[in-house]
Amino acid sequence: MSTVTQIKSKPRRFNWRAFFFERPTKPYVHPYLGGTLLGIVLFLAFFITGNGLGSSGGVNRIVVFIEDLVAPEHVDRTAYLLKMAGGGVNPLDDWIVFVTVGAVIGGFLSGWWHGRLKIETNKGPRITVRQRWALAFVGGAIMGYGARLARGCTSGQALSGGATLSAGSWALMFAIFGGAYALAYFLRKVWN
Amino acid sequence: MAPFPLPLEGLLGKFGMYAIYLLIGLAFGAVLEMSGFAISTRLAAQFYFKDLTVLKVMFTAIVVGMVLIFGASALGWLDYNLIWVNPTYLWPGILGGFIMGIGFIIGGFCPGTSLVSMATLKIDGLFFALGSAFGIFLFGETVGLYEDFFNSSYYGRLTLMDVFNLPAGVVVVLVVLMALFMFWGGEQLERIFGKRDLSREPRLRVAGAAALFLAALAVMLIGEPTPAEKWARIAPEKEAQLVNREVQIHPGELLDSLANDQLRVVMLDVRPQADYNLFHLRGARNVPLEQVRSIIPSLLLERTDNQVIVVMSNDEAAATEAWKILVAESVPNVYILEGGINHWLELFAAEDPAILPTPTPALGLDYIRYQFPAALGDRYSASDPFAHHYEFEYTPKIKLQLKRGPSGGGCG
Repeated sequence: MSTVTQIKSKPRRFNWRAFFFERPTKPYVHPYLGGTLLGIVLFLAFFITGNGLGSSGGVNRIVVFIEDLVAPEHVDRTAYLLKMAGGGVNPLDDWIVFVTVGAVIGGFLSGWWHGRLKIETNKGPRITVRQRWALAFVGGAIMGYGARLARGCTSGQALSGGATLSAGSWALMFAIFGGAYALAYFLRKVWN
Repeated sequence: MAPFPLPLEGLLGKFGMYAIYLLIGLAFGAVLEMSGFAISTRLAAQFYFKDLTVLKVMFTAIVVGMVLIFGASALGWLDYNLIWVNPTYLWPGILGGFIMGIGFIIGGFCPGTSLVSMATLKIDGLFFALGSAFGIFLFGETVGLYEDFFNSSYYGRLTLMDVFNLPAGVVVVLVVLMALFMFWGGEQLERIFGKRDLSREPRLRVAGAAALFLAALAVMLIGEPTPAEKWARIAPEKEAQLVNREVQIHPGELLDSLANDQLRVVMLDVRPQADYNLFHLRGARNVPLEQVRSIIPSLLLERTDNQVIVVMSNDEAAATEAWKILVAESVPNVYILEGGINHWLELFAAEDPAILPTPTPALGLDYIRYQFPAALGDRYSASDPFAHHYEFEYTPKIKLQLKRGPSGGGCG
């Protein structure tokens, strides 16, 4: 190394693209390890706060918050919404909202750290991207409706109620698997 | 009393409490992402028996969480009565679950996983999350049409222990065994449908299964604390409260509390039904002493922060027993009516010619010392005295306790 190469001292700009999207991709953890970690998080939630985990409840309150901005009188006339946002009550003033927002941030951080942030659409090989988007929206709407009817989704009922041995949550959990398996055959071309 | 769950709002204030919840959510989202739950095709593969990641992660989480919860409860660290157990609304739950299953296979996510998927920039996750917000909106707008069904088949805080009439430890072991069997079956399915080579799976998982099973056995052998053990744990502190008369409230304080709109007073009359039928306070609920234990789940589930429970008997003996039962089960804000119904009648029935002191009072504790012309229940004027007519000198004793445990919102 006798020849000294002149390095151009150009001010280096922060490469946000590399920072967010070009981290080395790591593999997922083994399902049993992931489940054990999730179980520990679930336990800590109950141990420290007395509440479990949840997400549809948080989305619910964010939806009601928007409804209350757009049509406060309508909210004050609807019994189900009244409880969360009637009068001056702020529907976002609730623990579940913070768990939900935390889950989004946590998902983002983990995806970034493990190099899995990627703008993409995951789908079966036989459908188009647009079809997949439409199915995701429709499926989401059905799921959201069912989750509120059941007073909680896979997190708030199946996980939390399952671990605390709530009888209703166990019945509901089998109903979820039952519903999905019942329809899976007819949707095999969507996913395979 | 078991130290956990913590009275977070009292300890850290509202912002501190919400910061804790945010951290819990953060860990939740990160673990979902690490398990690959941001990828819809991976989730959907569950239903074609190719990749049972969903089943494995979910049931591992449930059984690990369950063993830790009931283990902590068995060791006296965690108060199971103070954690949120989803109340059972059987048929709305089953129908809602079935609908969720349909949404799952069509859309490829559940609400939590779609949020994580969206956070890692998957477009299908974003569409699913928007869709679920729309479905939730639709529900809020339409539930009014069938509110009766939505609130039907309500069983309160019903647990698998109640359903099968088994101790918690036994249920924990059975659930672990069921989960291990499902994992074994799931791996066989993956081998057949997903062409997976099971010999390449980590050996450690067998050790993990054994550890889980042993932990569940330990939970069963230690057993959940019995009512007597729960009382023994708090007895020194609570006996002192009884002796120092910190929890026996003067009838005047009960009267004023009933008139106070900021408090929700629940009166439990623990005398035998015959005495209750003769005379009771208006609004008091008759729960004979031997049945007090059976109403604890509903008292825990339906409690509000401003709820005050006042137990009463003819004197104080039966009421004190009921107080011990309720306090040992972590029911907050329980008080005893000082001197019982006899003391109450002494103060409020003096002007009622129909109610007379018994000439030869029965010996022993907790007998009613008045006689009534008829069993009029709460239709005596002394059943519901007008608070403003009376002024008593008393030391107020009711202090609302720091809130612990869930606010009764669950999945919100």
